[in-house]
Amino acid sequence: MTPLAIDLPFTKRTLANGLDVIVHEDRHVPIVAVNVWYHVGSKNERPGRTGFAHLFEHLMFEGSEHYNAGYFPPLQQAGALLNGSTNADRTNYWEVVPTSAIDRALWMESDRMGFLLPALTRERFETQRDVVLNERRQSYENRPYGMVMMALSAALYPPDHPYSWMTIGSAEDIRAMQLEDVQEFFRTYYHPANASLVLAGDIDTERAFELAEAYFGEIPGGVRPQAVSNGALLLTERRLVLEDRVEYPRIYLAWHSPAMFAADDAELDLVGDLLANGKTSRLYKTLVYDLRIALDVSAYQSSREIGSFFLLVATAAPGHTLAEIQSRVDEELRRVKESGPSVEEMERSVAQVEAHFMYRLQTVGGFGGKSDQLNAYNVLRGNPGFFAGDLDRYRNATRDSLQAAAQAYLALDRRVALSVIPRGQHALALEDSTAVSVS
Amino acid sequence: MTRIDRSRLPDVGVDPRFVFPSIVRHTLGNGLRVCTVEHHNVPIITINLQVAGGSGADPEGLEGLAALVADMADEGTGTLSALEVSDALSRIGAAYDVDVGGDATDFSLTTLTRFASRGAALLADMATRPRLLESEFLRVRQLRLDRLRQLKDLPSAVAEQTFLRLVYGNHPYAHLAIGSDASLRRLTSDEIVSFHAGAFQPSKSMLIVCGAMTHEDMRRLAEDTFGGWVATHGSANGARAASDIEPVAGPVTKLVVVPRESAAQSELRIGHLSARRVTPDYSALLVMNAVLGGQFVSRVNLKLREEKAYTYGARTSFDWRRGMSPFVLQTSVHTASTADAIADSLAEIAGLRGTRPPTDEEMSLAKASLTRGYPRGFETAQQVARSVSMLSLYGLPDTYFEEFVPKVNAVTGRDVVDAAARYLDPAKLTTLVVGDYSAIAETLRGLNLGEPQMRAAEF
Repeated sequence: MTPLAIDLPFTKRTLANGLDVIVHEDRHVPIVAVNVWYHVGSKNERPGRTGFAHLFEHLMFEGSEHYNAGYFPPLQQAGALLNGSTNADRTNYWEVVPTSAIDRALWMESDRMGFLLPALTRERFETQRDVVLNERRQSYENRPYGMVMMALSAALYPPDHPYSWMTIGSAEDIRAMQLEDVQEFFRTYYHPANASLVLAGDIDTERAFELAEAYFGEIPGGVRPQAVSNGALLLTERRLVLEDRVEYPRIYLAWHSPAMFAADDAELDLVGDLLANGKTSRLYKTLVYDLRIALDVSAYQSSREIGSFFLLVATAAPGHTLAEIQSRVDEELRRVKESGPSVEEMERSVAQVEAHFMYRLQTVGGFGGKSDQLNAYNVLRGNPGFFAGDLDRYRNATRDSLQAAAQAYLALDRRVALSVIPRGQHALALEDSTAVSVS
Repeated sequence: MTRIDRSRLPDVGVDPRFVFPSIVRHTLGNGLRVCTVEHHNVPIITINLQVAGGSGADPEGLEGLAALVADMADEGTGTLSALEVSDALSRIGAAYDVDVGGDATDFSLTTLTRFASRGAALLADMATRPRLLESEFLRVRQLRLDRLRQLKDLPSAVAEQTFLRLVYGNHPYAHLAIGSDASLRRLTSDEIVSFHAGAFQPSKSMLIVCGAMTHEDMRRLAEDTFGGWVATHGSANGARAASDIEPVAGPVTKLVVVPRESAAQSELRIGHLSARRVTPDYSALLVMNAVLGGQFVSRVNLKLREEKAYTYGARTSFDWRRGMSPFVLQTSVHTASTADAIADSLAEIAGLRGTRPPTDEEMSLAKASLTRGYPRGFETAQQVARSVSMLSLYGLPDTYFEEFVPKVNAVTGRDVVDAAARYLDPAKLTTLVVGDYSAIAETLRGLNLGEPQMRAAEF
C-alpha cells in the first residue's frame, strides 16, 4: 500500500513583541479555533508554592481590565466553546468560535494577556482558591487510586525536582497562596514573548495575521524566562506501598525515560503499545486474557519536556497477588529486551500510528485539535511544522530500535514499584515495601 | 495599524451560513435501513450500527444482559477468535466503540477510507455473527463482576446508580447498563445467544455510514457487508419496549443518603422524572436548562462555583431516553458545604419556576450559545454519524438539523416559564447525597427535607 500522505500545513510569523503567531486554514465548518500556549507550568513552581500555575489559570477566566465581568459571558453569547488547562510544562487556553465572532475572541484573549491584573480582586482570588481546593477533592482525594500519581511523582524525583509535585499542588500550599504572589507570576510568565498563538479554521491567512497584530501587537513583550532543567536518577528499585479506599491491589512500575521528542521517546511509546494496547498486546494477553491474574493492564510513555517516565499499571484479580503480576511482567520485559517485537507486531503498530495521526487532523480546536498540536510543536519543539517529522519518528522505529530502547530504559533493578492496597492489608504489597502517605 | 478600541467589545457578525449534512436513505433487501452521509474533510469513515434494545430491554432479574451481549461482539466472530478480532481491528487502526443506551445499542467503527471495506466487513461480522462462546462469556462476565466491585468506591457511579433506582422504581430503565452482581451471576450463555438472536434483526436496525466517499460507494459498501445479514428469532421478540412503559409514581423520597465515611466531598444528585425526548417542548426545555445549569454561565454554576466556591462545577441536564427521562442537577461539593449547596440548588430550581423567571439577558445568552455554537458539532465523521443515529433513535425528521436553530430562536421567556412550571416540580425532587453522613447529618436536618432514607452502595 502506498504510504499515507498526512500533513498539517501552516504559516508562522513572530510579532515584534515576541509573540509567535501560527495560522492554519480549514474551511470545512465556519468556525475558528483560537489557541494560546504560555510556556509555564507547574515545573516553574518551587517547593512550598506548588499548585500556583494551575490556580493562576483559573484567574484568567475571571475578567480583565476592559471587560471586567467574567471571561465566559461574552464568548458564550458568541456561541463559543472555551476552556484551559495546566500541566507540568505549559498552560493552554482556547476558544472555538463561529467565524463571525473571531474579533471578539481575539479582543478577549488579548485583553487577559495584556491587562489581567487591574481586574483581579482579593475576593475573586479567594473564591478561585476554594474552587481549586474542591477540584483537588473531586479529582484526586475522593477518587479511587486518585492520590497515586502524587506518591509516584514524589518517589521518582528528589523534592527539589519540578516534577516531584503534581500540577494540582498540595492543599497546604494552595491554602497559603496570597494575591500578591499572583502579580509577580503574571509579569514573569504571561507576556507575548513567552506565548504562542494559533488561529486555525475558517480564516484567510493574511487576515489572521492582521488580526493578531491588531489585537496582540500593542502588548509589551517581556523577557523569556530561563528554561528549567533538572536531573533525576534511580539507582535501585524503590518498593513503596500506599493504602487507599479500593477493592483490589494495584501495582505501578515506573522508570525514568527520555524527554519528549528525544531519542527513544517514540520507541518507548511503541513499547507501551506492544505491552498493553489491545487484547493481542503481550501483557493484556498474558495477564488478563490467558492467566486472568490481572483485571486490567496499561503501559505508556508519559512524555514531558525535561524528562519523561514510563509507567506500567496492573490491578490484581481476586485471589491473585501483585508479586505474581510483577514476576510475569518482568518475564515479558526480559523477553522484549532479548528479542524485541515480532514483524507482525511492528506492522500492527505502524498501522495504528498512521491512523491515529490522521484522526488528529479532524478538529481545528479544543484540547488535542490541530491548533493545540501546532502550539505543542511550536512551544515544545520550536517548530510548528513538526507534525510530519513526529510521524516519521514512529515510521522510522524498528524492531531493533524498540528492543534497544527497552534495554536502555526499562531496567528491572532501577525503578519505582508502588503497591496500592486496600486499607489495612499490608500483606498484599510487594515484599519489603516502605509505607508512604500523601495528603 | 489602527489601535484596537478597548472601550467596547467587538460585536459578533452575521451568523455564517452552514450547510448541514444531507442524509440519503436506502433499504437493503434484508430490511436493514441505511443512511449515508458524505463527509469529505479527512479520508476517514465512520460506520455506526444501531440495534434496537438497550439496557431497557434487559429482562427483569437479568439486568446487564444487553450490555454483555454488546460486549461479546468483539470476543470472536464466525471466522475469527477473540484475539484475531482484536488483531484485525488494530491492523486497520480502527477505533471501535459500543454504547449501550436505555433504548438502543450503537456499535461504531472508525477507520481510514482505504480500509473501509475491511472495517465494514469486520463490524458486520462482530455485530451480526458473533461466536458468543461460553468460555468467552464467562471471562467477560467475571471482568464485569470485578468492575462492579470497583464501582462501589467511585462516588459518581454510586450516585448515578442509586439515583436511577430512586427515580425509576421498578421500571426497566431503573438500572445501569452494566447490571448488578446478582443479575450478572444469574445470566447464562444461553440467554446471551437468545437475546442476540431476538434483538439483532436487520429490519429493526439502522446502519449509518459517514465518510469521505460518495453516497453510492457507501451504499454499495453497506450492501456488500450487511446485505447478507439474515433475520433470526429469539426470546427478546415481542417484549414491550421500555419506552412504552409508564413509570409508576410512588411516594417521593425527599432525601436519601449513601454513607461514605470520611469522604472529602459529597456527591449530589437532585432531580425527578420529567419529559420524553420527543416532547414538543424540547426546544423550550433546552433553553430552560441552559439558563438553569446547562452551561458555565448558568444560575446553578454561577451560584455554587463562582459565588460560593462550594464545588469545582455544577450542572443540570436531562438524561434523555425515548420514554420518561429524568431532569437532574449534579455536582460534587465540599463536605462542610453539603447542606448549603443543597439549599441553594433547590432554591435555584424553584426560583426559575416561580419568583425568578429568566431575564431577557439570560434568554439571549442561552439561545445565542445554543444556536451559534450548533455547527461546531458537525466537524468530524464520528460527530455526524452520532447525530444521525440520534435522529434514528428518536424518530426525528431529516430536516431536524436545519430546523434546530430557528426552533430554539423561537423560544420565548414565557415558553421557558411554562416549561419550567410543567416539567420541574420542587415537590417531586429527590435529593441524593453520597457522602460522610456523620459530618453532615446535623446540617441536613436544617433543610427540612425530613429524615433521610439511608441506602448502601450496592451493585
